Amino acid sequence: MYKIKLFTNTVSGFYLLLLAGTAQAVLNIEITQGVEGAVPLAVVPFAWQVPPQNPQTPAELLPPKKPPIDIAAIVRADLARTGRFDPLPPKDMLARPNVDSTINFSNWRIFQSENLVVGTLQYLGADRYKIRFRLFDVFKGKQLEGFSLSASGNNLRRAAHQVSDIIYEKLTGERGAFTTSVAYVTAAGVGKARRYSLWIADADGYGPQSMMRSDEPILSPAWSPDGTRIAYASLEDNGHQVVFVQNIASGRRDKVSSHKGINGAPSWSPDGKSLAVTLSKDGNPEIYVIDLTGKKQRRLTRHWAIDTEPTWTPDGKTIIFTSDRGGRPQLYQVPSKGGKARRLTFEGRYNARASVSRDGKKVAMIHRMDGKYRVAVMDLKSGNLRVLTDGSLDESPSFAPNGSMIIYAASVGRRGILKAVSVDGNIHQRLTVPEGDVREPAWSPFAAE
Amino acid sequence: MKFWTKTVLAMLPALLLLGCGTSGEVEEGTDSGVSSSSSTSGSGSSATTSGVGAGGAASGENMGEKEPAFSGDPLDDPNSLLAKRVVYFDYDQSDIKSDFRAIIQAHAEYLANNSNVMVTLEGHADERGTREYNIALGERRANAVQRMLALQGASASQIRVISYGEERPAALGHDEESLALNRRVEFIYNR
Repeated sequence: MYKIKLFTNTVSGFYLLLLAGTAQAVLNIEITQGVEGAVPLAVVPFAWQVPPQNPQTPAELLPPKKPPIDIAAIVRADLARTGRFDPLPPKDMLARPNVDSTINFSNWRIFQSENLVVGTLQYLGADRYKIRFRLFDVFKGKQLEGFSLSASGNNLRRAAHQVSDIIYEKLTGERGAFTTSVAYVTAAGVGKARRYSLWIADADGYGPQSMMRSDEPILSPAWSPDGTRIAYASLEDNGHQVVFVQNIASGRRDKVSSHKGINGAPSWSPDGKSLAVTLSKDGNPEIYVIDLTGKKQRRLTRHWAIDTEPTWTPDGKTIIFTSDRGGRPQLYQVPSKGGKARRLTFEGRYNARASVSRDGKKVAMIHRMDGKYRVAVMDLKSGNLRVLTDGSLDESPSFAPNGSMIIYAASVGRRGILKAVSVDGNIHQRLTVPEGDVREPAWSPFAAE
Repeated sequence: MKFWTKTVLAMLPALLLLGCGTSGEVEEGTDSGVSSSSSTSGSGSSATTSGVGAGGAASGENMGEKEPAFSGDPLDDPNSLLAKRVVYFDYDQSDIKSDFRAIIQAHAEYLANNSNVMVTLEGHADERGTREYNIALGERRANAVQRMLALQGASASQIRVISYGEERPAALGHDEESLALNRRVEFIYNR
């Protein structure tokens, strides 16, 4: 059993400050429940180094007067947000060594810091920067990692998240997901003034960009496996649901399915060439696979029941979907080439909207329990199901690409917010926007590079 | 608005509580039922709430009060079954309950007699469960109403079916009364 320690608001103040002045749909992320025994560590503010200048240097070639971003602060926030680390506040630090300093480990042992990160941000000229950092085991007094990476001014924030990724992987053995993104839908205003927007933001909520706005609801955003496109279902055609695929960089979109009836719940095949969708053109909702190049369709289910919410398993061989063919919604699995569907869930009277972990071992779903709709995760091999959340109207679970967390939509009072929970159920985060409702989260894959 | 409330109450006696409820939540729910049904349907929306386009609502109401026999488009007669434009459903169900058969029959007859009239059946679900499943459930409900209309003489070409799932609730509360108001199919006449 884990004991639980609450440290609400440790991160949120920082984010509010950092994001002030950007678009209003910024996600504010706070940890609502972490684990007892989060690892104490220290990330020292990175030293700022500029090349020597002389009085003849033209103004446009002069380095910025101060570092454009606080790398260490971003790394601290990344690590704290996982709930697995407890960074030492800089004001408590007794020394501020950098990457070239000799480390006096006793300065860190007195805070029980298990690990120490020191670094330097160097301006190279012409908008080029170099980040160097070292990660130490404080008690052994030993370096675990030393690294340098370079970036342009625009990419410094991403580089900071890469530093977090490297540290996280070294300390946990699990790949970090700090450079990934999250897509989500916001709804604001009431009655006729209600407006819907599809957004993409960094996984820490920073830098939201609007992908599309509509007077009608937007559902089921889904990332292409290479992270360059996003599929979604939109009711913008007077309530008729239609599926679009939009290029994230250019904003250009294609209508990929607009048959009579429902066109919804898109899910990408792992090779990025096909979409599984729900179409009701035959009279009731069935699962189809659409070939995106030839626009050919393949029908996968034939049943009078509702078949919807398809999601591919990472091996591309099967599709898991929701069906009420047994009387109540349950998850089924069907070969993606076609074949007989097999029921996957047997526990409880409502299991729907599967999301499969990238290793293909776990399925997250919405599970009804005592009249409440909660996120549960099932081990595909053993069939063991575990409820992870305590909400009453949870929706739309989506695995982080490293499988560590599941982001989902929840309801607090009358507001729709996003939450995230670790796969072991121990760490809980809450993600809110300043106004309106936020829903339909989708965690991006790892970047393709 | 008052007329709409009456309609709802007449159709769902169980919801009488709503009308005399004192909590803000319930009143807001009733209110939003009106605004939401008018917002979802584009040009046909004024028909949902007032029964008629610009100017007609007032005269229709007057005539209804003063004259026992309604002359004009029966769709505008507030005393007709045609004034009832919402069919309600049980949780996760799409069976038409017996209370609503007469209403659907009245609409079927009207459509059969007015082959130029088009209606959109807008299916909805309550907030419980997942969004795409609820889109499917809303469509299944609207299809159930469509089948009954067709069986009773309406032509398939007069009927358009769409589903909003849980996206456009009529009532915003989380209580059972609000959820019951949201599991519905709305008739939206496009005139």
